[in-house]
Amino acid sequence: MTTTTLATTARATRPLTAADLTAHRGAFTQFLGDVWVLTRRSIARIRREPETLSDVTIQPVMFVLMFAYVFGGAIGVPGGGSYHSYLIGGMLGMSLAQTAPGTAVAVVSDMETGLIDRFRSLPMSRAAVLTARTIADLLTQVIGAIAVALVGLAIGWRITGGVGHAAEAFALALLFGYAFTWAGVCLGMVLRSAEVAQQAGFIIFLPLTFISSAFVPTQGMPGWLQPVAEWNPMSSLATACRQLFGNPNPANAVRAWPEQHPELAVICWAAAMLVIFAPLAVHLYRTKAR
Amino acid sequence: MSDTPAIEAEGLVKHYGKTRALNGLDLRVEQGTVYGLLGPNGAGKTTAVRVLATLLRADDGQARVLGQDVASQAAGVRRLIGLTGQYAALDEYLTGRSNLIMIGQLSRLTGKAARRRADELLEQFDLTEAGSRAVKTYSGGMRRRLDLAASLIGHPAVLFLDEPTTGLDPSARALMWDIVRQLVADGTTLLLTTQYLDEADQLADRIAVIDGGKVIAEGTPGELKASLGGQRLLITLAEESDASAAAAALRPFTTHPVSQNGGGQILDLPVTAADGLATEVVRALDAAGVKVTDIAVRGASLDDVFLTLTSEVAVG
Repeated sequence: MTTTTLATTARATRPLTAADLTAHRGAFTQFLGDVWVLTRRSIARIRREPETLSDVTIQPVMFVLMFAYVFGGAIGVPGGGSYHSYLIGGMLGMSLAQTAPGTAVAVVSDMETGLIDRFRSLPMSRAAVLTARTIADLLTQVIGAIAVALVGLAIGWRITGGVGHAAEAFALALLFGYAFTWAGVCLGMVLRSAEVAQQAGFIIFLPLTFISSAFVPTQGMPGWLQPVAEWNPMSSLATACRQLFGNPNPANAVRAWPEQHPELAVICWAAAMLVIFAPLAVHLYRTKAR
Repeated sequence: MSDTPAIEAEGLVKHYGKTRALNGLDLRVEQGTVYGLLGPNGAGKTTAVRVLATLLRADDGQARVLGQDVASQAAGVRRLIGLTGQYAALDEYLTGRSNLIMIGQLSRLTGKAARRRADELLEQFDLTEAGSRAVKTYSGGMRRRLDLAASLIGHPAVLFLDEPTTGLDPSARALMWDIVRQLVADGTTLLLTTQYLDEADQLADRIAVIDGGKVIAEGTPGELKASLGGQRLLITLAEESDASAAAAALRPFTTHPVSQNGGGQILDLPVTAADGLATEVVRALDAAGVKVTDIAVRGASLDDVFLTLTSEVAVG
């Protein structure tokens, strides 16, 4: 039955003409076009399965509530101020950085299903696949940042440093998150399965977020651990956000360079990660044999 | 242009650590033909396809697709080829139609042309109804068809099909075969890998049997069968007959090893057909004191070719 369908309709195809092809477009236009097509693919996935956003919505909301109401009472903020207001600057960085394991998992599963092989066999831009992945993840990070801000407002966090500074804080947080996304892409390119990617993400990102000033002031940590926490990029972001939002900021009293110049530190960290991980990811994409 | 082979490979070598996945592979595929790469698992079929489709760089040797070098002119090669791998390379969460449109646009079609081609292909592959559903709801056969449709969206001149029917049930397999025949009728050059002999026999104009990363036999299905004498003799011995004495008596009739099946009582050997062959064989066995229950002559199948060739390599 199906066989006859095939035989009768196969001739209906019309050959492609030059007008059907985009071959005349320049390389950069092609790149943008490919990025757009693939970013739409990731957005379509989110629209079909909105629960994939739980990582950046439900999870940070739970974290905020637990830290605020379970640990919050036991953590004193040196120099005074409410822990609820202190918390949000740190939570913003955590919720954005922790999308990186998700990025890794998405890359691994595209490798596993052979979709990346297919892309590599097409006459498309080499850098587009990974760039589109990071842009789609940046969009989910925007949603995550909004979720953290909303739950923050609900527990009493306020922006007192002016709208311009607040916008700068969100921009820094997203730049930081975007840089992490490229680290996630590299992780995905070198790991063999989604389970391993999940594990590795956990192992890397858990200490990264907790050995920092994201949730507790570094002053309470043992002396040997303090420099690690002070130089942790997560601390720089948390401190930068607290400063810009006008929230309690005990890191004012910390002499380490990144805590004294948190905005510059965030920009340096993000730039360093982008310079290392973006070219590395594209290199792995070109050469990786499976 | 039409004299340029669709695919040419010379001395391809690819190592994975100490394993030589390709060990001096040579191929020549003419335009508009179906070429079968036949071999057991691990013979190097997939590696060969990956090198030819620009996914993998060979350590040595060179290969061209329609005259373009797969290493130095990879971008040009990618404009000419379509690839359908062993696993359906699709986005599970998109609909079938969205997958095709996406691959079409990435294959350098305009949005409009990609949508038109997607609808044509969905109809052609009997997926029009399924086209609006997410791929994760598809059966194995539907995925393979959609995957093949995706590799055809830009009208590739050369199509690589890596084990297109592995894991499919017989009816889905028959449908894939019909689709492949249709493609050939449209003039597409096809390189097909398979571990199924009947598939190569059914579809391919020429076949390369590969094992250990190189071609160990090459020709049309008919030539390959003929190279083993074209005929096989099956002799069932009476119980308690001496099989090794029988095998010794049969040795003059064949240039290949005599194989023993059915607990040693069935002897199987490739022979060149000739008048009076069966009579001479019975006489020779009688002289050796062997009693025969049954004797039959049948045409060699590609299975015979395959088993003979691969076992010779294994022994040698």
